[in-house]
Amino acid sequence: MSVGGILAHPLGRLDRESLPFWQMLQDPSRDNVINGSIASGAALMVVIGAIATIALLTKYRKWRVLWSQWLTSPDHKKIGIMYVVLAFVMLVRAALEAVVMRAQQAFGLDGGFLSPDHFAQLFSTHGTIMIFFVAMPFLTGLINYIVPLQIGTRDVVFPVLNSISLGLTAAGAALVMISLCVGEFSTGGWFGYPPYTEADFNPGVGPDYWIWALTLASLASTFTGINIAATVYRKRAPGMKLMYLPLFTWTALCASILMIFAMPPLTVATAQLALDRYLGFHYFTNALGGNVMNYVNLFWMFGHPEVYILVLPSLGVYSEVISTFSAKALFGYRSMVMATMAIAVLSFAVWLHHFFTMGQEANINAAFGIASMLIGIPTGVKIYDWMWTMVRGRVRFTVPMIYAIGFIYLFVLGGITGILLASPTIDYQVHNTVFLVAHFHNTAIPGVLFGLLAGYHFWFPKVFGFRLDERLGMVSATCWIVGFMLAFFPLYALGLMGLPRRSVSYDVPAYVPLEIAALLGAILLTVALLALVAQLWVSIRTREENRVFAGDPWDGRSLEWSVSAPPPEYNFAVIPTVTGRDAFTVAKETGRAFEPASAYVDIELPRNSALGPVLGATSFALAFGLVWHIWWLVILCLAAAVAATIAHGFARNTTRIVPAQQVRRDHRRWLDAVAAARAISRDDERTSANRGVAEPALGGAAA
Amino acid sequence: MSDAAMPDFTRRPGPAERGDDEDGEAGAQSVLVGFWLFLMSDAIIFGMVFATYVTSTAATAGGPGPHALYDIPSVALQTVLLLASSFTVGMASLALKYRHGAPRLIGWLLATLALGVAFLGLEIHDFQAMAAKGGSPSRSGFLSAFFDLVPLHGLHVAGGSIWLACLIGQMAMYGVDAPVKLGILRLVLFWHFLDIVWIAIFSVVYLAGMT
Repeated sequence: MSVGGILAHPLGRLDRESLPFWQMLQDPSRDNVINGSIASGAALMVVIGAIATIALLTKYRKWRVLWSQWLTSPDHKKIGIMYVVLAFVMLVRAALEAVVMRAQQAFGLDGGFLSPDHFAQLFSTHGTIMIFFVAMPFLTGLINYIVPLQIGTRDVVFPVLNSISLGLTAAGAALVMISLCVGEFSTGGWFGYPPYTEADFNPGVGPDYWIWALTLASLASTFTGINIAATVYRKRAPGMKLMYLPLFTWTALCASILMIFAMPPLTVATAQLALDRYLGFHYFTNALGGNVMNYVNLFWMFGHPEVYILVLPSLGVYSEVISTFSAKALFGYRSMVMATMAIAVLSFAVWLHHFFTMGQEANINAAFGIASMLIGIPTGVKIYDWMWTMVRGRVRFTVPMIYAIGFIYLFVLGGITGILLASPTIDYQVHNTVFLVAHFHNTAIPGVLFGLLAGYHFWFPKVFGFRLDERLGMVSATCWIVGFMLAFFPLYALGLMGLPRRSVSYDVPAYVPLEIAALLGAILLTVALLALVAQLWVSIRTREENRVFAGDPWDGRSLEWSVSAPPPEYNFAVIPTVTGRDAFTVAKETGRAFEPASAYVDIELPRNSALGPVLGATSFALAFGLVWHIWWLVILCLAAAVAATIAHGFARNTTRIVPAQQVRRDHRRWLDAVAAARAISRDDERTSANRGVAEPALGGAAA
Repeated sequence: MSDAAMPDFTRRPGPAERGDDEDGEAGAQSVLVGFWLFLMSDAIIFGMVFATYVTSTAATAGGPGPHALYDIPSVALQTVLLLASSFTVGMASLALKYRHGAPRLIGWLLATLALGVAFLGLEIHDFQAMAAKGGSPSRSGFLSAFFDLVPLHGLHVAGGSIWLACLIGQMAMYGVDAPVKLGILRLVLFWHFLDIVWIAIFSVVYLAGMT
């Protein structure tokens, strides 16, 4: 790391061998050509995607808009949208990887077409991306957009920190993407167990990409957790008691608390692994007193609460969706809140079930096994609450509702296999088989992804002011549900037949039919994804006939529906006063919804700040420099990041005023639109008659 | 950290609307709540690093252990310096609360900064002495854990010192305005937090190591 060394290797260990097609050119054997072509094709897609984005931005002269309206915006709504866009982009990559993996396994009897190393990179990136760069940004985006609206405030407590979180998450995602083009990604799975990921066995750049991508993502999530929890504690509208909070906000609060307490162990684990790899420390090495079990404990002390960080917000979405589309208050609100908190607390007491087989005594396994099974109780309470909410409700089978019902069936099944795995004796039999892969996909896809997609369909009209196409939404939801079953139910059987997870190939012909069924499922899931893209395209083209500017297309119950769609940048012209649960329903019933204010006042909003994108860019370059040992870049970026942060502290005059007159004009324009729109019944809510004003519910239905 | 959430203890008649929890003192309280949450998260980081240390005390791999490496008189002096800095930073917060004027406030802050820097100087000196005795972090799992925990605290003190210097710089430019006040309040919390962590380090690492 001397000055001479830096000058001699200005690009660190980056050279032409880092390119994905280099090995194929040097040694064009059949295997090298196939693997090189797939890797280069993927890299090409990333490069083309980046070039196309840049070209389109330049052609339509949108750079300035991108910078001043989006990247530097401290508005929680825009940050939320950017999070969800990031999640969708990453979802496409990770889903395609899943199809390649399923294809490999379908043809994996005595071989297949992928090299073991390439296959290992695929499952490592697939897991890492799906958790840290699909599910996390998606749920963070929904929370960011919806929670301040649901609690009746104008922004989060730390708007600029919010933008920094987004910048760091995007930097981590970019790091995973660029690993396709230069060098390789880790082959150590999404949890990167040492000593395999130590420099002794893995001196290449793969584990380093993984370490820094996760470090950036975990820091971002810690900040998000702090921000959202502080916002929910401190910025609720007058009268909004904690027990009046909509369920989605409750789950967001619990997930935020989990982020605050569960992200630090991951930060410590990746930092210690980095110290081992970069400076020759001995935390997890085989020699000189390293202890792998410390890593395993640290990782799962993060990893298990993380499971509930992922699933809780989705459970919140289901609560909102089922209650709204049943036109009933949520059944058992109090039990639902208690169940959410119970899950959040229990989630810290079960981490050891991820390694029952790693040598602790039976009594310890038993204690953690029992704790793991206990989680089934609050989760079961939730399932019953949702079902009772639907009973005698005015149920409409909208797209979010289809996801919710599919979820209830499938999640119960995933939960039951979870109870099976929570028993250490059974775990010993099926651990490290694809039974486990089937189990966690059975909870993650219906539990997390369906919930996030339900939220996307549910709130899209609020965010963009027009409804999504129902027909393609149905096609997509059906394909997700059926495709999921086809892709993962066979894995339960394969697991019981003994197929180890992460097998690049196998020699048991009996596996083949089930593997082919799973591949068909993966193809159906691809169709589901394509249908989502098509739906967005069609919906944008037909947006004029599906506008719901008045803002309440589903006869919504919480405050986010009480403003225009899309909401004004300051959210509420007048901060509402809350007197009960389902605040907007109460307002509609008592005739206090859509009231003009007696007086409008100036509203103070945070000014744009470049700190978020600047820290995002510098942390990306910093991490890239660390991966490739480009030390001058590391020093430069570190200095730039510190300087930018300090300079931000010296900034004053960081707010701007929206004049009362403009607030009044916007509010009146919206109220006029509400008055002009025809209120529609629940039968018509999926037709273009829906302009965002709901007929009052029939007597009794809203009870 | 928007100015919308900046404090003023004299009830700024700001443009933010009544009832909206964004004006003056309520906004400052929100920022402080957020900072407490950050400290909790940071406490978990220290907790995990403490756990690493405690599980690694036997992993000396034939290398030097606590008796050969720890310089207790120096550590005792560091403890005195850090506790004294907690006192001075506490006096700074009192100077802020009772409006003793900027010179006294800056005086207490500079004293804190001096004590913090002296602490860091001694600590770095100790680390060098340890390395000279064959106690470098790559020698054993035990030393890796030591050099995770104690320098992590030192890094926090260094960060706090830079932050403190920046706050003095802000005072020079803007006087004791609302952002500076809120910054000092958070810095004081941070500094006391680091003191508590140091007491844990002194007990768990140094005292327990000498038994």
